[in-house]
Amino acid sequence: MTQQPVALNRTDKPAAVASATKMVIRGVSVYYKTFRAIKNVDLPVYENRITAFIGPSGCGKSTLLRTLNRMNDLIPGARVEGKVLLDGEDIYAAGQDVVDIRRRVGMVFQRPNPFPMSVYDNVAFGLRLLGIRQKSILDEVVERSLRAAALWEHVCDNLNQSGMALSGGQQQRLCIARAIAVEPEVILMDEPTSALDPIATLTIEDLLQTLKENFTIVIVTHNMQQAARISDYTAFLSMDDDRAGYLVEFGPTVELFTNPKEKLTEDYITGRFG
Amino acid sequence: MAPESIYAHVNLRRNYRRRKILNTVMLSLTGVTVALAVLPLVWITVYVLLKGGRYLNLALFIHLPAPMGTPGGGVLHAIEGSLVMVLLASLLAIPVALLAAFYLLARPNTAVAQAVRFSTDMLAGIPSIVVGLFGYAVIVVTQKHYSAFAGGVVLAIIMLPVVLRSAEEMLKLVPPEMREGALALGAPEWRAALRVVLPAAMEGIVTGVMLGIARAVGETAPLLFTALGNDHYEIGQIVRQGLHYHQSMGQILGQIFGQPADALPLTLWKYAQQPYQERVQLAWAVAFVLMLFALGLNIAARAWLAYRRRKLYG
Ligand SMILES: Nc1ncnc2c1ncn2[C@@H]1O[C@H](COP(=O)(O)OP(=O)(O)O)[C@@H](O)[C@H]1O
Ligand SMILES: [Mg+2]
Repeated sequence: MTQQPVALNRTDKPAAVASATKMVIRGVSVYYKTFRAIKNVDLPVYENRITAFIGPSGCGKSTLLRTLNRMNDLIPGARVEGKVLLDGEDIYAAGQDVVDIRRRVGMVFQRPNPFPMSVYDNVAFGLRLLGIRQKSILDEVVERSLRAAALWEHVCDNLNQSGMALSGGQQQRLCIARAIAVEPEVILMDEPTSALDPIATLTIEDLLQTLKENFTIVIVTHNMQQAARISDYTAFLSMDDDRAGYLVEFGPTVELFTNPKEKLTEDYITGRFG
Repeated sequence: MAPESIYAHVNLRRNYRRRKILNTVMLSLTGVTVALAVLPLVWITVYVLLKGGRYLNLALFIHLPAPMGTPGGGVLHAIEGSLVMVLLASLLAIPVALLAAFYLLARPNTAVAQAVRFSTDMLAGIPSIVVGLFGYAVIVVTQKHYSAFAGGVVLAIIMLPVVLRSAEEMLKLVPPEMREGALALGAPEWRAALRVVLPAAMEGIVTGVMLGIARAVGETAPLLFTALGNDHYEIGQIVRQGLHYHQSMGQILGQIFGQPADALPLTLWKYAQQPYQERVQLAWAVAFVLMLFALGLNIAARAWLAYRRRKLYG
Protein backbone atom coordinates (compact mmCIF):
# COMPACT_ATOMS: atom_id res chain seq x y z
CA MET A 1 0.00 0.00 0.00
CA THR A 2 1.41 3.39 -0.95
CA GLN A 3 0.79 5.37 2.16
CA GLN A 4 1.75 8.98 2.39
CA PRO A 5 3.28 9.55 5.80
CA VAL A 6 0.39 11.07 7.68
CA ALA A 7 1.42 12.28 11.10
CA LEU A 8 -0.58 10.42 13.70
CA ASN A 9 1.12 11.98 16.66
CA ARG A 10 -1.16 10.56 19.28
CA THR A 11 -0.82 6.80 19.10
CA ASP A 12 -2.51 6.40 22.44
CA LYS A 13 -5.79 7.62 21.05
CA PRO A 14 -8.61 6.53 23.29
CA ALA A 15 -10.74 5.80 20.24
CA ALA A 16 -11.08 2.19 21.19
CA VAL A 17 -12.25 3.15 24.65
CA ALA A 18 -16.03 3.11 24.68
CA SER A 19 -17.81 6.41 24.83
CA ALA A 20 -21.48 7.34 24.91
CA THR A 21 -23.15 8.38 21.69
CA LYS A 22 -23.93 12.10 21.99
CA MET A 23 -25.53 12.67 18.61
CA VAL A 24 -26.71 10.47 15.78
CA ILE A 25 -27.20 11.49 12.17
CA ARG A 26 -29.74 9.05 10.82
CA GLY A 27 -30.71 8.86 7.15
CA VAL A 28 -30.09 12.57 6.63
CA SER A 29 -30.48 14.19 3.22
CA VAL A 30 -30.22 17.94 2.72
CA TYR A 31 -31.73 19.84 -0.19
CA TYR A 32 -31.10 23.38 -1.34
CA LYS A 33 -34.35 23.95 -3.23
CA THR A 34 -34.22 21.00 -5.64
CA PHE A 35 -30.49 20.34 -5.45
CA ARG A 36 -29.59 17.48 -3.12
CA ALA A 37 -26.36 18.44 -1.33
CA ILE A 38 -26.27 15.49 1.09
CA LYS A 39 -27.78 12.10 0.57
CA ASN A 40 -28.67 9.56 3.16
CA VAL A 41 -25.89 9.96 5.69
CA ASP A 42 -25.72 7.82 8.86
CA LEU A 43 -23.17 8.81 11.43
CA PRO A 44 -22.64 8.74 15.21
CA VAL A 45 -20.98 11.51 17.20
CA TYR A 46 -19.33 10.23 20.37
CA GLU A 47 -19.27 12.12 23.62
CA ASN A 48 -16.01 13.83 24.65
CA ARG A 49 -14.43 12.83 21.39
CA ILE A 50 -13.38 14.86 18.35
CA THR A 51 -15.11 13.82 15.16
CA ALA A 52 -13.69 15.20 11.92
CA PHE A 53 -15.49 15.56 8.59
CA ILE A 54 -13.10 15.42 5.66
CA GLY A 55 -13.64 15.31 1.93
CA PRO A 56 -13.15 17.30 -1.24
CA SER A 57 -14.44 20.84 -1.35
CA GLY A 58 -18.13 21.12 -2.16
CA CYS A 59 -18.96 17.61 -0.98
CA GLY A 60 -21.26 18.94 1.74
CA LYS A 61 -19.14 18.95 4.91
CA SER A 62 -20.40 22.34 6.01
CA THR A 63 -23.94 21.43 5.05
CA LEU A 64 -23.82 18.26 7.13
CA LEU A 65 -22.23 20.08 10.07
CA ARG A 66 -24.95 22.71 10.02
CA THR A 67 -27.67 20.08 10.27
CA LEU A 68 -26.36 19.34 13.77
CA ASN A 69 -27.63 22.61 15.22
CA ARG A 70 -30.25 23.45 12.62
CA MET A 71 -28.27 26.34 11.14
CA ASN A 72 -29.67 25.27 7.78
CA ASP A 73 -33.04 26.55 8.98
CA LEU A 74 -31.63 30.01 8.28
CA ILE A 75 -31.14 29.34 4.57
CA PRO A 76 -34.27 29.91 2.50
CA GLY A 77 -35.07 26.84 0.44
CA ALA A 78 -32.92 24.48 2.52
CA ARG A 79 -34.69 21.34 3.69
CA VAL A 80 -33.50 18.46 5.85
CA GLU A 81 -34.83 14.92 5.66
CA GLY A 82 -34.07 12.26 8.20
CA LYS A 83 -33.31 12.53 11.87
CA VAL A 84 -30.59 14.11 13.97
CA LEU A 85 -30.66 12.82 17.51
CA LEU A 86 -29.22 14.75 20.42
CA ASP A 87 -29.19 12.57 23.52
CA GLY A 88 -31.67 10.35 21.72
CA GLU A 89 -34.12 13.12 20.85
CA ASP A 90 -34.72 14.24 17.27
CA ILE A 91 -33.83 17.92 17.05
CA TYR A 92 -35.95 18.24 13.91
CA ALA A 93 -39.06 16.87 15.59
CA ALA A 94 -42.05 19.18 15.82
CA GLY A 95 -42.09 21.27 18.97
CA GLN A 96 -38.32 21.36 19.39
CA ASP A 97 -37.00 24.73 20.53
CA VAL A 98 -34.35 25.71 18.02
CA VAL A 99 -32.92 28.39 20.31
CA ASP A 100 -32.33 25.82 23.01
CA ILE A 101 -30.78 23.39 20.52
CA ARG A 102 -28.30 26.04 19.43
CA ARG A 103 -27.48 26.76 23.06
CA ARG A 104 -26.68 23.09 23.58
CA VAL A 105 -24.86 22.72 20.25
CA GLY A 106 -22.60 25.73 19.78
CA MET A 107 -20.66 26.74 16.71
CA VAL A 108 -17.35 28.29 15.67
CA PHE A 109 -17.05 29.54 12.12
CA GLN A 110 -14.41 29.54 9.42
CA ARG A 111 -13.74 33.25 9.54
CA PRO A 112 -13.35 34.53 13.10
CA ASN A 113 -16.45 36.62 13.71
CA PRO A 114 -16.03 38.58 16.94
CA PHE A 115 -18.90 40.97 17.57
CA PRO A 116 -18.17 44.70 17.35
CA MET A 117 -17.76 45.12 21.10
CA SER A 118 -15.21 44.58 23.84
CA VAL A 119 -13.57 41.23 24.54
CA TYR A 120 -15.52 41.05 27.78
CA ASP A 121 -18.86 41.78 26.15
CA ASN A 122 -18.16 39.25 23.42
CA VAL A 123 -17.80 36.47 25.96
CA ALA A 124 -20.63 37.75 28.16
CA PHE A 125 -22.99 37.98 25.19
CA GLY A 126 -24.42 34.48 25.48
CA LEU A 127 -24.54 34.69 29.27
CA ARG A 128 -26.59 37.85 29.15
CA LEU A 129 -28.90 36.16 26.66
CA LEU A 130 -29.51 33.57 29.33
CA GLY A 131 -30.53 36.30 31.74
CA ILE A 132 -27.36 36.36 33.83
CA ARG A 133 -26.85 39.96 34.99
CA GLN A 134 -24.82 39.55 38.17
CA LYS A 135 -21.41 41.16 37.67
CA SER A 136 -19.59 38.67 39.89
CA ILE A 137 -20.89 35.67 37.94
CA LEU A 138 -20.23 37.32 34.58
CA ASP A 139 -16.67 38.22 35.65
CA GLU A 140 -15.99 34.72 36.82
CA VAL A 141 -17.38 32.96 33.75
CA VAL A 142 -15.71 35.39 31.32
CA GLU A 143 -12.36 34.70 32.95
CA ARG A 144 -12.96 30.96 33.11
CA SER A 145 -13.94 30.85 29.42
CA LEU A 146 -11.03 32.99 28.27
CA ARG A 147 -8.65 30.77 30.24
CA ALA A 148 -10.18 27.66 28.72
CA ALA A 149 -9.67 29.19 25.29
CA ALA A 150 -6.01 29.93 26.10
CA LEU A 151 -6.60 33.63 25.62
CA TRP A 152 -6.68 34.95 29.17
CA GLU A 153 -2.97 35.77 29.39
CA HIS A 154 -3.18 37.91 26.27
CA VAL A 155 -6.25 39.95 27.13
CA CYS A 156 -6.50 40.05 30.94
CA ASP A 157 -4.79 43.46 31.08
CA ASN A 158 -7.47 45.06 29.01
CA LEU A 159 -10.78 43.27 28.70
CA ASN A 160 -12.28 46.47 27.35
CA GLN A 161 -10.34 46.44 24.12
CA SER A 162 -12.38 45.70 21.04
CA GLY A 163 -12.60 42.04 20.07
CA MET A 164 -12.01 43.06 16.49
CA ALA A 165 -8.63 44.55 17.39
CA LEU A 166 -7.15 41.13 18.20
CA SER A 167 -5.04 39.08 15.80
CA GLY A 168 -6.76 36.44 13.68
CA GLY A 169 -5.78 33.53 15.90
CA GLN A 170 -6.77 35.43 19.03
CA GLN A 171 -10.08 36.37 17.44
CA GLN A 172 -10.79 32.72 16.76
CA ARG A 173 -9.96 31.83 20.36
CA LEU A 174 -12.25 34.64 21.47
CA CYS A 175 -15.00 33.04 19.40
CA ILE A 176 -14.26 29.72 21.07
CA ALA A 177 -14.40 31.38 24.49
CA ARG A 178 -17.70 32.96 23.52
CA ALA A 179 -19.05 29.58 22.44
CA ILE A 180 -17.96 27.67 25.55
CA ALA A 181 -19.12 30.37 27.98
CA VAL A 182 -22.69 29.12 27.70
CA GLU A 183 -21.50 25.56 28.40
CA PRO A 184 -22.75 23.85 25.27
CA GLU A 185 -22.67 20.08 25.14
CA VAL A 186 -21.39 19.93 21.57
CA ILE A 187 -19.22 22.41 19.69
CA LEU A 188 -19.29 22.49 15.90
CA MET A 189 -16.32 23.97 14.10
CA ASP A 190 -16.29 24.67 10.38
CA GLU A 191 -12.68 24.83 9.21
CA PRO A 192 -11.80 26.93 12.26
CA THR A 193 -8.13 27.26 11.33
CA SER A 194 -8.28 27.72 7.59
CA ALA A 195 -8.03 31.50 7.92
CA LEU A 196 -5.14 31.26 10.40
CA ASP A 197 -1.36 30.98 10.17
CA PRO A 198 0.39 27.69 11.18
CA ILE A 199 1.31 28.87 14.67
CA ALA A 200 -2.21 30.04 15.47
CA THR A 201 -3.47 26.79 13.96
CA LEU A 202 -1.31 24.74 16.30
CA THR A 203 -2.51 26.72 19.31
CA ILE A 204 -6.11 25.98 18.39
CA GLU A 205 -5.35 22.31 17.73
CA ASP A 206 -3.77 21.99 21.19
CA LEU A 207 -6.73 23.79 22.65
CA LEU A 208 -9.13 21.27 21.14
CA GLN A 209 -7.39 18.44 22.99
CA THR A 210 -8.13 20.07 26.34
CA LEU A 211 -11.61 21.15 25.33
CA LYS A 212 -12.73 17.64 24.53
CA GLU A 213 -12.50 16.73 28.20
CA ASN A 214 -15.59 18.83 28.73
CA PHE A 215 -17.19 19.03 25.31
CA THR A 216 -18.04 16.90 22.32
CA ILE A 217 -16.42 18.38 19.23
CA VAL A 218 -17.28 18.03 15.56
CA ILE A 219 -14.84 19.69 13.21
CA VAL A 220 -14.82 20.17 9.46
CA THR A 221 -11.41 20.34 7.90
CA HIS A 222 -10.18 20.12 4.37
CA ASN A 223 -6.76 19.37 5.77
CA MET A 224 -6.26 15.60 6.14
CA GLN A 225 -3.15 15.98 8.26
CA GLN A 226 -5.14 18.08 10.67
CA ALA A 227 -7.88 15.47 10.89
CA ALA A 228 -5.25 12.79 11.49
CA ARG A 229 -3.51 14.88 14.17
CA ILE A 230 -6.46 15.93 16.23
CA SER A 231 -9.49 13.73 15.74
CA ASP A 232 -10.60 10.48 17.33
CA TYR A 233 -13.11 9.62 14.62
CA THR A 234 -13.15 10.60 11.00
CA ALA A 235 -15.98 10.68 8.49
CA PHE A 236 -14.89 10.81 4.87
CA LEU A 237 -17.46 12.31 2.50
CA SER A 238 -17.35 12.44 -1.22
CA MET A 239 -19.50 13.53 -4.13
CA ASP A 240 -21.56 11.35 -6.41
CA ASP A 241 -22.06 11.93 -10.11
CA ASP A 242 -25.13 14.03 -9.30
CA ARG A 243 -22.91 16.23 -7.02
CA ALA A 244 -24.74 14.95 -3.95
CA GLY A 245 -22.44 14.37 -1.00
CA TYR A 246 -22.47 10.97 0.69
CA LEU A 247 -20.56 9.21 3.41
CA VAL A 248 -17.85 6.97 2.05
CA GLU A 249 -16.40 5.74 5.29
CA PHE A 250 -16.59 6.42 8.99
CA GLY A 251 -14.39 5.00 11.69
CA PRO A 252 -11.73 5.61 14.32
CA THR A 253 -9.23 8.02 12.82
CA VAL A 254 -6.28 5.66 13.24
CA GLU A 255 -8.05 2.89 11.38
CA LEU A 256 -9.38 5.11 8.65
CA PHE A 257 -5.94 6.51 7.94
CA THR A 258 -3.88 3.34 8.34
CA ASN A 259 -6.29 0.75 7.09
CA PRO A 260 -9.08 2.29 5.04
CA LYS A 261 -11.83 -0.11 4.00
CA GLU A 262 -12.79 1.78 0.87
CA LYS A 263 -10.60 2.24 -2.17
CA LEU A 264 -11.88 5.82 -2.50
CA THR A 265 -10.75 6.66 1.04
CA GLU A 266 -7.32 5.26 0.34
CA ASP A 267 -7.04 7.26 -2.87
CA TYR A 268 -8.07 10.41 -1.06
CA ILE A 269 -5.73 10.11 1.91
CA THR A 270 -2.81 9.20 -0.30
CA GLY A 271 -3.51 12.26 -2.37
CA ARG A 272 -4.48 10.50 -5.56
CA PHE A 273 -7.80 12.28 -5.71
CA GLY A 274 -9.51 15.32 -4.23
CA MET B 1 -13.26 21.03 42.54
CA ALA B 2 -15.08 21.59 39.28
CA PRO B 3 -16.27 25.18 38.84
CA GLU B 4 -19.93 25.78 39.37
CA SER B 5 -22.03 25.62 36.22
CA ILE B 6 -23.66 28.82 35.04
CA TYR B 7 -26.91 26.92 34.90
CA ALA B 8 -27.10 27.18 38.68
CA HIS B 9 -28.01 30.81 37.96
CA VAL B 10 -30.21 30.34 34.91
CA ASN B 11 -33.90 29.61 34.81
CA LEU B 12 -34.33 28.04 31.40
CA ARG B 13 -38.06 27.52 31.79
CA ARG B 14 -38.65 31.15 32.65
CA ASN B 15 -36.39 32.25 29.79
CA TYR B 16 -38.38 30.05 27.43
CA ARG B 17 -41.73 31.43 28.56
CA ARG B 18 -40.49 35.01 28.22
CA ARG B 19 -39.05 34.34 24.81
CA LYS B 20 -42.32 32.78 23.62
CA ILE B 21 -44.37 35.74 24.79
CA LEU B 22 -41.97 38.31 23.37
CA ASN B 23 -41.82 36.36 20.14
CA THR B 24 -45.58 36.31 19.77
CA VAL B 25 -45.86 40.02 20.50
CA MET B 26 -43.12 41.01 18.08
CA LEU B 27 -44.35 38.69 15.36
CA SER B 28 -47.85 40.13 15.56
CA LEU B 29 -46.40 43.62 15.54
CA THR B 30 -44.37 42.95 12.41
CA GLY B 31 -47.45 41.39 10.79
CA VAL B 32 -49.49 44.50 11.49
CA THR B 33 -46.77 46.84 10.26
CA VAL B 34 -46.28 44.84 7.08
CA ALA B 35 -49.99 45.13 6.41
CA LEU B 36 -49.79 48.87 7.07
CA ALA B 37 -46.89 49.18 4.65
CA VAL B 38 -48.56 47.21 1.88
CA LEU B 39 -52.04 48.65 2.27
CA PRO B 40 -51.40 52.06 0.66
CA LEU B 41 -49.69 50.45 -2.31
CA VAL B 42 -52.52 48.01 -2.94
CA TRP B 43 -55.11 50.70 -2.37
CA ILE B 44 -53.53 53.20 -4.76
CA THR B 45 -52.95 50.58 -7.42
CA VAL B 46 -56.48 49.21 -7.31
CA TYR B 47 -57.99 52.70 -7.17
CA VAL B 48 -56.05 53.96 -10.18
CA LEU B 49 -56.68 50.76 -12.11
CA LEU B 50 -60.41 51.07 -11.51
CA LYS B 51 -60.64 54.80 -12.16
CA GLY B 52 -58.17 55.02 -15.03
CA GLY B 53 -58.44 51.60 -16.64
CA ARG B 54 -62.00 52.45 -17.60
CA TYR B 55 -60.89 55.25 -19.95
CA LEU B 56 -58.08 53.28 -21.47
CA ASN B 57 -58.26 52.90 -25.25
CA LEU B 58 -56.04 52.92 -28.28
CA ALA B 59 -56.74 56.57 -29.00
CA LEU B 60 -54.98 57.45 -25.78
CA PHE B 61 -51.69 56.27 -27.22
CA ILE B 62 -51.98 57.54 -30.81
CA HIS B 63 -53.87 60.85 -30.71
CA LEU B 64 -53.11 64.32 -29.47
CA PRO B 65 -55.60 65.83 -27.01
CA ALA B 66 -58.96 66.83 -28.40
CA PRO B 67 -59.90 70.51 -28.02
CA MET B 68 -61.16 71.40 -24.56
CA GLY B 69 -64.69 70.31 -23.87
CA THR B 70 -64.82 67.77 -26.68
CA PRO B 71 -64.65 64.07 -25.96
CA GLY B 72 -61.99 61.68 -27.25
CA GLY B 73 -58.38 62.45 -28.01
CA GLY B 74 -55.26 61.03 -26.42
CA VAL B 75 -52.05 61.91 -24.70
CA LEU B 76 -49.53 60.98 -27.39
CA HIS B 77 -47.81 64.33 -26.83
CA ALA B 78 -47.16 63.51 -23.18
CA ILE B 79 -46.00 59.96 -23.85
CA GLU B 80 -43.56 61.15 -26.49
CA GLY B 81 -42.43 64.10 -24.40
CA SER B 82 -41.79 61.89 -21.40
CA LEU B 83 -39.86 59.41 -23.52
CA VAL B 84 -37.71 62.11 -25.11
CA MET B 85 -36.89 63.86 -21.86
CA VAL B 86 -36.29 60.71 -19.82
CA LEU B 87 -34.12 59.34 -22.61
CA LEU B 88 -32.06 62.51 -22.66
CA ALA B 89 -31.85 62.52 -18.86
CA SER B 90 -30.72 58.89 -18.83
CA LEU B 91 -28.09 59.49 -21.50
CA LEU B 92 -26.74 62.42 -19.53
CA ALA B 93 -26.99 61.06 -16.00
CA ILE B 94 -26.27 57.32 -16.17
CA PRO B 95 -22.80 57.40 -17.78
CA VAL B 96 -21.73 60.26 -15.54
CA ALA B 97 -23.10 58.54 -12.45
CA LEU B 98 -21.43 55.21 -13.25
CA LEU B 99 -18.07 56.75 -14.10
CA ALA B 100 -18.16 58.83 -10.93
CA ALA B 101 -19.11 55.73 -8.92
CA PHE B 102 -16.06 53.91 -10.32
CA TYR B 103 -13.92 56.88 -9.38
CA LEU B 104 -15.27 56.78 -5.82
CA LEU B 105 -14.49 53.07 -5.70
CA ALA B 106 -10.95 53.40 -6.99
CA ARG B 107 -10.01 56.51 -4.97
CA PRO B 108 -12.38 56.38 -2.02
CA ASN B 109 -10.56 58.71 0.35
CA THR B 110 -9.32 61.56 -1.81
CA ALA B 111 -10.60 65.07 -1.26
CA VAL B 112 -12.34 64.92 -4.63
CA ALA B 113 -14.16 61.74 -3.63
CA GLN B 114 -15.28 63.28 -0.34
CA ALA B 115 -16.47 66.36 -2.20
CA VAL B 116 -18.35 64.27 -4.76
CA ARG B 117 -20.03 62.23 -2.06
CA PHE B 118 -20.98 65.27 -0.05
CA SER B 119 -22.33 67.21 -3.00
CA THR B 120 -24.35 64.32 -4.43
CA ASP B 121 -25.93 63.83 -1.02
CA MET B 122 -26.73 67.55 -0.96
CA LEU B 123 -28.05 67.36 -4.51
CA ALA B 124 -30.32 64.47 -3.56
CA GLY B 125 -31.74 66.60 -0.79
CA ILE B 126 -32.58 69.64 -2.93
CA PRO B 127 -36.32 69.88 -3.65
CA SER B 128 -36.91 69.12 -7.31
CA ILE B 129 -38.74 72.39 -7.86
CA VAL B 130 -35.54 74.24 -6.96
CA VAL B 131 -33.67 72.18 -9.54
CA GLY B 132 -36.37 73.23 -12.01
CA LEU B 133 -35.84 76.87 -11.12
CA PHE B 134 -32.13 76.41 -11.69
CA GLY B 135 -32.85 74.94 -15.15
CA TYR B 136 -35.09 77.89 -15.86
CA ALA B 137 -32.45 80.43 -14.91
CA VAL B 138 -29.55 78.73 -16.64
CA ILE B 139 -31.11 77.21 -19.76
CA VAL B 140 -34.54 78.69 -20.44
CA VAL B 141 -33.58 82.30 -19.74
CA THR B 142 -30.37 82.15 -21.76
CA GLN B 143 -32.01 80.34 -24.68
CA LYS B 144 -35.07 82.56 -24.35
CA HIS B 145 -37.46 79.62 -24.78
CA TYR B 146 -38.77 76.55 -22.97
CA SER B 147 -37.64 73.21 -24.35
CA ALA B 148 -37.58 69.43 -23.98
CA PHE B 149 -33.82 69.87 -23.70
CA ALA B 150 -34.14 71.98 -20.57
CA GLY B 151 -36.59 69.44 -19.15
CA GLY B 152 -34.21 66.57 -19.89
CA VAL B 153 -31.30 68.37 -18.24
CA VAL B 154 -33.16 69.03 -14.98
CA LEU B 155 -34.40 65.45 -14.91
CA ALA B 156 -30.79 64.32 -15.37
CA ILE B 157 -29.77 66.44 -12.38
CA ILE B 158 -32.47 64.76 -10.32
CA MET B 159 -31.49 61.27 -11.50
CA LEU B 160 -27.77 61.71 -11.00
CA PRO B 161 -27.45 61.35 -7.20
CA VAL B 162 -29.91 58.45 -7.07
CA VAL B 163 -27.96 56.42 -9.61
CA LEU B 164 -24.53 57.49 -8.38
CA ARG B 165 -24.93 56.62 -4.73
CA SER B 166 -26.70 53.31 -5.35
CA ALA B 167 -24.08 52.34 -7.96
CA GLU B 168 -21.30 53.18 -5.50
CA GLU B 169 -22.88 51.04 -2.79
CA MET B 170 -23.31 48.15 -5.22
CA LEU B 171 -19.76 48.39 -6.52
CA LYS B 172 -18.46 48.40 -2.96
CA LEU B 173 -20.17 45.05 -2.39
CA VAL B 174 -18.09 43.39 -5.11
CA PRO B 175 -15.28 41.50 -3.36
CA PRO B 176 -12.01 43.37 -3.90
CA GLU B 177 -10.42 40.05 -4.92
CA MET B 178 -12.37 40.21 -8.19
CA ARG B 179 -10.92 43.53 -9.23
CA GLU B 180 -7.50 42.51 -7.97
CA GLY B 181 -7.76 39.22 -9.84
CA ALA B 182 -8.20 41.11 -13.09
CA LEU B 183 -5.44 43.60 -12.26
CA ALA B 184 -3.12 40.70 -11.37
CA LEU B 185 -3.61 39.34 -14.87
CA GLY B 186 -2.29 42.61 -16.17
CA ALA B 187 -5.65 44.16 -17.01
CA PRO B 188 -5.67 47.94 -17.00
CA GLU B 189 -7.85 49.53 -14.36
CA TRP B 190 -10.59 50.57 -16.79
CA ARG B 191 -10.85 47.08 -18.23
CA ALA B 192 -11.08 45.46 -14.80
CA ALA B 193 -13.82 47.94 -13.96
CA LEU B 194 -15.77 47.48 -17.16
CA ARG B 195 -15.40 43.75 -17.75
CA VAL B 196 -15.24 42.34 -14.22
CA VAL B 197 -16.48 44.71 -11.52
CA LEU B 198 -19.40 46.18 -13.44
CA PRO B 199 -20.88 42.80 -14.46
CA ALA B 200 -20.45 41.55 -10.90
CA ALA B 201 -22.42 44.50 -9.56
CA MET B 202 -24.87 44.62 -12.46
CA GLU B 203 -27.98 43.54 -10.57
CA GLY B 204 -27.74 46.24 -7.97
CA ILE B 205 -26.75 48.86 -10.49
CA VAL B 206 -29.72 48.08 -12.70
CA THR B 207 -31.98 48.42 -9.68
CA GLY B 208 -30.45 51.82 -8.94
CA VAL B 209 -30.86 52.92 -12.55
CA MET B 210 -34.49 51.85 -12.46
CA LEU B 211 -35.03 53.89 -9.33
CA GLY B 212 -33.45 56.88 -11.05
CA ILE B 213 -35.58 56.48 -14.16
CA ALA B 214 -38.70 56.03 -12.08
CA ARG B 215 -37.85 59.25 -10.26
CA ALA B 216 -37.40 61.11 -13.56
CA VAL B 217 -40.57 59.75 -15.12
CA GLY B 218 -42.63 60.83 -12.13
CA GLU B 219 -41.29 64.37 -11.70
CA THR B 220 -43.70 67.23 -12.39
CA ALA B 221 -42.53 70.36 -10.63
CA PRO B 222 -39.16 70.92 -12.32
CA LEU B 223 -40.77 70.56 -15.76
CA LEU B 224 -43.15 73.45 -15.08
CA PHE B 225 -40.39 75.99 -15.71
CA THR B 226 -38.37 74.07 -18.23
CA ALA B 227 -40.42 71.92 -20.60
CA LEU B 228 -43.51 74.01 -19.86
CA GLY B 229 -45.98 71.72 -21.65
CA ASN B 230 -47.09 71.48 -25.26
CA ASP B 231 -50.38 69.99 -26.39
CA HIS B 232 -49.12 69.69 -29.96
CA TYR B 233 -45.83 67.93 -29.32
CA GLU B 234 -45.67 65.09 -31.83
CA ILE B 235 -42.41 63.66 -33.05
CA GLY B 236 -43.98 62.10 -36.15
CA GLN B 237 -45.24 65.51 -37.18
CA ILE B 238 -41.89 67.17 -36.53
CA VAL B 239 -40.08 64.57 -38.60
CA ARG B 240 -42.58 64.74 -41.48
CA GLN B 241 -42.34 68.50 -41.57
CA GLY B 242 -38.56 68.37 -41.41
CA LEU B 243 -38.39 65.93 -44.31
CA HIS B 244 -40.82 68.07 -46.27
CA TYR B 245 -38.57 71.10 -45.90
CA HIS B 246 -35.44 69.00 -46.53
CA GLN B 247 -34.00 69.65 -43.08
CA SER B 248 -30.93 67.77 -41.92
CA MET B 249 -30.98 65.12 -39.19
CA GLY B 250 -29.42 67.63 -36.80
CA GLN B 251 -32.04 70.21 -37.52
CA ILE B 252 -34.83 67.69 -36.93
CA LEU B 253 -33.27 66.60 -33.63
CA GLY B 254 -32.94 70.28 -32.75
CA GLN B 255 -36.68 70.63 -33.32
CA ILE B 256 -37.45 67.59 -31.17
CA PHE B 257 -35.37 68.84 -28.27
CA GLY B 258 -35.79 72.55 -28.88
CA GLN B 259 -39.56 72.74 -28.60
CA PRO B 260 -41.46 72.96 -25.37
CA ALA B 261 -42.70 69.48 -24.55
CA ASP B 262 -45.18 67.76 -22.33
CA ALA B 263 -44.74 64.88 -19.93
CA LEU B 264 -47.17 62.39 -18.44
CA PRO B 265 -47.18 63.74 -14.87
CA LEU B 266 -47.34 67.32 -16.15
CA THR B 267 -50.39 66.48 -18.27
CA LEU B 268 -51.95 64.65 -15.38
CA TRP B 269 -51.51 67.67 -13.15
CA LYS B 270 -52.92 70.11 -15.72
CA TYR B 271 -55.87 68.00 -16.84
CA ALA B 272 -56.91 66.95 -13.36
CA GLN B 273 -57.74 70.57 -12.51
CA GLN B 274 -59.66 71.50 -15.63
CA PRO B 275 -63.42 71.91 -15.42
CA TYR B 276 -64.11 69.55 -18.32
CA GLN B 277 -65.12 66.02 -17.45
CA GLU B 278 -63.34 64.61 -20.52
CA ARG B 279 -60.06 66.13 -19.39
CA VAL B 280 -60.42 64.77 -15.87
CA GLN B 281 -61.08 61.32 -17.30
CA LEU B 282 -58.00 61.70 -19.45
CA ALA B 283 -56.03 62.57 -16.31
CA TRP B 284 -57.10 59.29 -14.71
CA ALA B 285 -56.12 57.43 -17.83
CA VAL B 286 -52.70 59.13 -17.70
CA ALA B 287 -52.29 58.03 -14.10
CA PHE B 288 -52.98 54.53 -15.28
CA VAL B 289 -50.44 54.79 -18.09
CA LEU B 290 -47.82 56.10 -15.65
CA MET B 291 -48.37 53.08 -13.44
CA LEU B 292 -48.23 50.75 -16.43
CA PHE B 293 -44.95 52.37 -17.38
CA ALA B 294 -43.44 51.82 -13.94
CA LEU B 295 -44.68 48.24 -13.91
CA GLY B 296 -43.43 47.53 -17.43
CA LEU B 297 -40.01 48.98 -16.65
CA ASN B 298 -39.74 46.85 -13.53
CA ILE B 299 -40.84 43.66 -15.24
CA ALA B 300 -38.48 44.24 -18.16
CA ALA B 301 -35.53 44.84 -15.85
CA ARG B 302 -36.35 41.79 -13.75
CA ALA B 303 -36.77 39.59 -16.80
CA TRP B 304 -33.44 40.73 -18.15
CA LEU B 305 -31.71 40.16 -14.82
CA ALA B 306 -33.26 36.70 -14.51
CA TYR B 307 -32.11 35.83 -18.02
CA ARG B 308 -28.63 37.10 -17.24
CA ARG B 309 -28.50 35.17 -13.97
CA ARG B 310 -29.49 31.96 -15.75
CA LYS B 311 -26.73 32.49 -18.26
CA LEU B 312 -24.13 33.25 -15.60
CA TYR B 313 -24.94 30.67 -12.98
CA GLY B 314 -26.70 27.98 -15.01
N1 LIG C 1 -26.92 28.25 0.63
C1 LIG C 1 -26.77 27.39 -0.39
N2 LIG C 1 -27.64 27.39 -1.42
C2 LIG C 1 -27.50 26.51 -2.44
N3 LIG C 1 -26.53 25.62 -2.54
C3 LIG C 1 -25.62 25.56 -1.56
C4 LIG C 1 -25.70 26.45 -0.42
N4 LIG C 1 -24.66 26.16 0.40
C5 LIG C 1 -23.97 25.15 -0.18
N5 LIG C 1 -24.55 24.79 -1.34
C6 LIG C 1 -24.10 23.71 -2.24
O1 LIG C 1 -24.09 22.51 -1.52
C7 LIG C 1 -22.93 21.76 -1.83
C8 LIG C 1 -22.15 21.47 -0.58
O2 LIG C 1 -21.64 22.69 -0.05
P1 LIG C 1 -20.84 22.79 1.31
O3 LIG C 1 -21.62 22.09 2.37
O4 LIG C 1 -20.50 24.20 1.55
O5 LIG C 1 -19.53 21.95 0.94
P2 LIG C 1 -18.12 21.89 1.68
O6 LIG C 1 -18.26 22.57 3.00
O7 LIG C 1 -17.83 20.43 1.76
O8 LIG C 1 -17.14 22.57 0.78
C9 LIG C 1 -22.14 22.56 -2.86
O9 LIG C 1 -22.43 22.04 -4.13
C10 LIG C 1 -22.69 23.94 -2.70
O10 LIG C 1 -22.66 24.62 -3.94
MG1 LIG D 1 -17.32 24.30 3.81
